[in-house]
Amino acid sequence: MTTPNFSLAELMIVAASEAFRDNGEVLASGLGIIPRLGASLAKMTHSPELLMTDSEAFLVEEPIPVGPRGDYQPKYSGYMPFERIFDNVWRGQRHAMVGPTQIDRWAQTNLSVIGDYAKPKVAMLGVRGLPGNSINHLNSFFVPSHSTRVFVEAEVDMVSGVGFKAERWSEHMRRDTMGIGLTVTDLCVMDFKGPDNAARVISLHPGVSFEHVQKNTGFPLLKADDLHETVAPTAEQLELIARLDPHNLRSKQLKGNPAGIRSAEQVDV
Amino acid sequence: MNKQMTSAEAVAHLRDGMTIGFGGWGPRRKPMAIVREILRSDVKDLTVVAYGGPEVGMLLAAGKVKKLIFGFATLDAIPLEPYFRKFRQAGTLDVMELDEGLFQWGLKAAGMRVPFLPARAGLATDVLTHNPGLKTIRSPYADGEELLAMPALYLDVAFVHVNRADRLGNTLVTGNDAYFDHHVVRAAKQAFVSAEEVVEKFELSKEEARFNTFERSLVTGVIEAPFGAHPTMCSPNYGWDMKHLKEYSDGASEENGWANYVEKYVQGGEEQYRENNGGTDYLASIPLPAL
Repeated sequence: MTTPNFSLAELMIVAASEAFRDNGEVLASGLGIIPRLGASLAKMTHSPELLMTDSEAFLVEEPIPVGPRGDYQPKYSGYMPFERIFDNVWRGQRHAMVGPTQIDRWAQTNLSVIGDYAKPKVAMLGVRGLPGNSINHLNSFFVPSHSTRVFVEAEVDMVSGVGFKAERWSEHMRRDTMGIGLTVTDLCVMDFKGPDNAARVISLHPGVSFEHVQKNTGFPLLKADDLHETVAPTAEQLELIARLDPHNLRSKQLKGNPAGIRSAEQVDV
Repeated sequence: MNKQMTSAEAVAHLRDGMTIGFGGWGPRRKPMAIVREILRSDVKDLTVVAYGGPEVGMLLAAGKVKKLIFGFATLDAIPLEPYFRKFRQAGTLDVMELDEGLFQWGLKAAGMRVPFLPARAGLATDVLTHNPGLKTIRSPYADGEELLAMPALYLDVAFVHVNRADRLGNTLVTGNDAYFDHHVVRAAKQAFVSAEEVVEKFELSKEEARFNTFERSLVTGVIEAPFGAHPTMCSPNYGWDMKHLKEYSDGASEENGWANYVEKYVQGGEEQYRENNGGTDYLASIPLPAL
């Protein structure tokens, strides 16, 4: 089989789709173009059991292409307004891939403010649904620009999503309802399944070294035992991605739309 | 029974220092005609409770807000609400920042007249740190689980915008999502509903009646406000107005940006507002966004 040409965005879509494998019949919410395409690809290939919406209020069994729909007619299978999404959250039957502004070594996330809480340097969206999502169901992370600004050295500035920091939990709080899935970045794929939930690199994108990832991460990383190169998209996956993204919005998600296969010099720009 | 009134009559119910809630979600089906009426009024020191969109930014810009109770503030296509960001970063705004689900729970508790509802959302996060008023509670049953006791969010007044209403206070939300408006009105002592269209008395089919999401006994006043959600979306009638939202947003970083906005869009009243936004034919043609 010849290796097709693919972009870094397409590599990350395929990596994101793996986060949704073997989740069971949960509502898959990919927030942002690449996570949404990842969830959609998962449903169209290895995990048709996933539930998915039209990103507004209706369930669909066939993922809806992103962007303007043209002649495409969504085929609805049910109803999922915001209030029912909350119901899914509370019951733990959802997996969201979100893009936090900061992530720390405990997998805690921040979407609220950078800097002092009373007088923030940067006010962002607010915690949104992160506190409830993170404590109730599986969450994965998407990071388009892997850096020490995102993967911070200390604790995130405003803990919006829960993680594994023991001091944050009392002995009577249930911790078994939370779960952290995969972290897909422009450099690698990570999880938090090392000893004591330490962050591990499980695959490196072509041309990326572990040392480069570590240099751009504010906390120590482990190498997974089977650390490997992130699996390249197949021709079939690329065809499905093109169908799910007819306007090529994926090409605008990463600065400069890098190629999937890069030299070490191209990675380190 | 006739609950129809003008938005000025509805806003006259407001007093300084009241806690007021808004229906809708971000830039979706916000009661903006009423918000503009509040901007024209003298009322101040409000505690604003909302899944925040431009109503939050505008009331902040006009100096009407003492405290904000929120889960987020966003214009969606413009992710960061410009005035929310400005006032939040100035450090002058008193906030109660909540998880979206906790927010719903607070409204629901108020609607049920119970002091709190238990939840896991917020535990092990800084939502607890920065809201010292939020307490946890132990389950009295064998599990003994520690949960967050989300206090009831009682509202003095609620404002929501719907697609259709009648003079008795019956309402229909015909858009794709009713959001949490039913919880907002149930949490309030008084609720005022603006509608694209107000008729004498509904005579609906069963299919239409299914779009009724809260009962008229919760409604104090009904206001006819065509394009009353503009510049936010009012599905299926019209989409959000990106051109307008961008102009509003850009104004936040311009000198006199807010004053210019008020002069152009607020001072002249609603008829002038529709005119200055391209007229009713244009407003009706703003497409729904592809999400």
